[in-house]
Amino acid sequence: MFGRLAASRFGGLAVLAAIVLVLPLALVNNYYYEVAILVGLNAIVCVGLNLLIGYAGQISLGHAGFFGLGAYGSAILTARYGWPPFAAMAAATLGVALLAWIVGRPILRLRGHYLAMATLGMGIIISIVIVTEDRLTGGPDGMAVPPLTLFGLALAGERLWYWIVGAGLLVAVWLALNLVDSPHGRALRALHGSEIGAEVTGIDSARHKVRVFVISAIYAALAGSLTAHYAGFITPGKVTFFHSIELVTMVVFGGMASTFGAVVGAAVLTMLPQALTLFKEYEMVVFGAVMMLTMIFMPKGLVPTLASRFAAGRP
Amino acid sequence: MSLLSVEQLSKEFGGVRAVADLQFSIPAGKVFSIIGPNGAGKTTLLNLLTGVYTPSLGRIHFADRDLTGQPPHVFAASGIGRTFQNLQVFFNMTALENVMVGRYLRESCSLTAALLRFPGLGRSEAATRAECEELLRFVGLGQYVQAESDAMPYGALKRLEIARALATKPRLLLLDEPAAGLNPTETLEVDHLISRLAASGITVVLVEHNMRLVMGVSDHILVLDYGRQLAEGTADEVRRNPRVIEAYLGSDTAAAAAQGGD
Amino acid sequence: MSAQFLQFLLAGLTIGAIYALVALGFSIIYNASHVINFAQGEFVMIGGMATVSLTAIGWPLPFAIAAAVLVAALVGLALEKFAVEPARGASVVTLIIITIGASILLRGVASIVWDKNIHALKAFSGEAPIQIGGATIVPQSLWVMGIALVVVLLLTWFFSRTLIGKALLATSHNRLAAQLVGINVRHVLLASFGLSAALGAVAGILIAPITFTSWDVGVMLGLKGFAAAILGGLGSGPGAIVGGLVLGLIEAMGAGYVSSAYKDVIAFVLILVVLVFLPSGLLGSRSTDRV
Repeated sequence: MFGRLAASRFGGLAVLAAIVLVLPLALVNNYYYEVAILVGLNAIVCVGLNLLIGYAGQISLGHAGFFGLGAYGSAILTARYGWPPFAAMAAATLGVALLAWIVGRPILRLRGHYLAMATLGMGIIISIVIVTEDRLTGGPDGMAVPPLTLFGLALAGERLWYWIVGAGLLVAVWLALNLVDSPHGRALRALHGSEIGAEVTGIDSARHKVRVFVISAIYAALAGSLTAHYAGFITPGKVTFFHSIELVTMVVFGGMASTFGAVVGAAVLTMLPQALTLFKEYEMVVFGAVMMLTMIFMPKGLVPTLASRFAAGRP
Repeated sequence: MSLLSVEQLSKEFGGVRAVADLQFSIPAGKVFSIIGPNGAGKTTLLNLLTGVYTPSLGRIHFADRDLTGQPPHVFAASGIGRTFQNLQVFFNMTALENVMVGRYLRESCSLTAALLRFPGLGRSEAATRAECEELLRFVGLGQYVQAESDAMPYGALKRLEIARALATKPRLLLLDEPAAGLNPTETLEVDHLISRLAASGITVVLVEHNMRLVMGVSDHILVLDYGRQLAEGTADEVRRNPRVIEAYLGSDTAAAAAQGGD
Repeated sequence: MSAQFLQFLLAGLTIGAIYALVALGFSIIYNASHVINFAQGEFVMIGGMATVSLTAIGWPLPFAIAAAVLVAALVGLALEKFAVEPARGASVVTLIIITIGASILLRGVASIVWDKNIHALKAFSGEAPIQIGGATIVPQSLWVMGIALVVVLLLTWFFSRTLIGKALLATSHNRLAAQLVGINVRHVLLASFGLSAALGAVAGILIAPITFTSWDVGVMLGLKGFAAAILGGLGSGPGAIVGGLVLGLIEAMGAGYVSSAYKDVIAFVLILVVLVFLPSGLLGSRSTDRV
């Protein structure tokens, strides 16, 4: 039953919604809420990134850059220029979308490792600029961010943000599922299957690649803005190459070409470091080992591997 | 009435002339075959006619449009469909989804409508699904409607590509060695399929090695040799052309044929 | 030639030589296995850190260097045997994640075996600056450039004259054909990882006296080496060398003439520009897909 439920579009979304609704019963203190919110924010980025990597078969090692631009864009517009937070968020997201469109057109003509390098370079450029322009961004120490306000009321506090992020995640997943299950989704998957086959079937591969790149950048930027307002603070630590790699790892770990895989990957790899702190100085060693072992034994990622085990178990 | 015409078509790869100075037109509604020994440039020509390669020289006209230099998806949108010698099936999708990709050109679905799942989308998806199932049955793949493409046998995959190309509603269909790797029974089925396609009004262009298939089904034949146009005409004309015989079978046979008459 | 320009040139060639060695490591592994080994930078780190430890407990420098390179090579072999080999059929992205996991693991081990401090290695032949045409360089720079040149010449000899080297080349061109002529591809893979690790370690040891070394020095050096390999054209030996030198020069010129803070930005922007016009890098093969 779970197999069919997970496979049907609304089934999976319903399960996720149920989890979001019921989870607070298990969140016993603020720390747990924090982790849950962090999971949700990472999951939003990963759902978008999975559209690019898993479905369209491209790669980006620079998505932390888009996340960071969303976060810093919101932060700078609200803190330094007094913009209303939602307007700032919209403007930052729009700015990132525009940047992704401009940068995407030339670099998405690259393939494989060359594309990886180009996105990597883009991410590093963004992070260096953010750290260096310290009068605007607060430099390596970061900057404070005013809270989100709705009708003058500040939206703060773990419990409220849990619902904001939870709702955001459900919308993000719903949109992604819709896209995948549409002619556009099929065009993307065709691109991944055979770019030349897709082209001669009438699919403008360049246009589709740029579009999904922009969409995934928007997901990242929105998550970045939300993170900045939630935490009340933003540092360049979230804009690094490491964070980009983390995001890609979450997508691959959870299972590519699987929206729910992206959510699961984000959840596991966000919670894992928290759990591993009890290993103290061995934390990195264990984390690295877990990453390696999982990918060696479950090369397709967590969700697709488990899904095919379930399918094999039932006739 | 000519549907597709090329003039002085040439393609060079770093000094190697893959095709040179081709000049021919393909009449609408007929079956047109391109034959020639290996390395004659047949697949290069096909790639030129679908925009996969850009010509080094020359022009390509399709239905009064000059398509020279356009990318492949523009060729497809103009009404040219094709299959591949080395399969370019979307192995990450089911057989039905492969064919449904072909419908992308002919349905309009805005990104917003897709993201927000506008009401009409469900109905148009169902209609597309039904049409594509029908296409699978038309090419003889009715049993594979639910199949994963990576579980299908080679012969079926070749037909899957034809179904996918048909979904784009082409006026001209280019088949690159559709009978390669097939046994005599399967080849006969391909023969019949080509006749059915031609009967439905599509202009079929065939690149093939299998002479029996070519001679049996073609209205016109173009013979290539070392990238150059060797002969062009009806099946009978080509069969008797001494230069064609020489290229395929050697000069002694050509001389013998010329002396012995037909 | 102005003294300042010469200064930047020499600085660029020094760091460029290091990037070239790391890039060669990337290329050798990529050629043998089509995997990008994101743990390559950690070999650089192991080389430098191990040499520092051994000299600190009294080993003479040459022995410490040899031992450090050996340790790195062994780690490289272990990486291939225990991480890459078991995942042989997996997709490229999966393999990338595995090597990233390995890099995290190795860094974690390094932070335990050593510590999180910055360490300096003594320069090979002292610190007295040398004057060349108005520019000043440290003797270590000459060591870097000299040893790098020797290494490249050795590698050229290795790939063109020895059987193992030719087997490596053959496998990179066509693995199936190499297997069919009796080349043990698994041994070739092991050798490529060992060789790349040794190259990385040498680079790390050479540069440690100039830029110091620490448990996480491998990250940026690995990244730059990857960038250099891509810039030059992935899988091309000459490309790796050209890419490394060009990257080093751009960095030095950028830092010297424009802005030290933005030197990496300038370098990456230029790499992006090159890639847009030459999608396979400077010396990479410009191939058309056969369909």
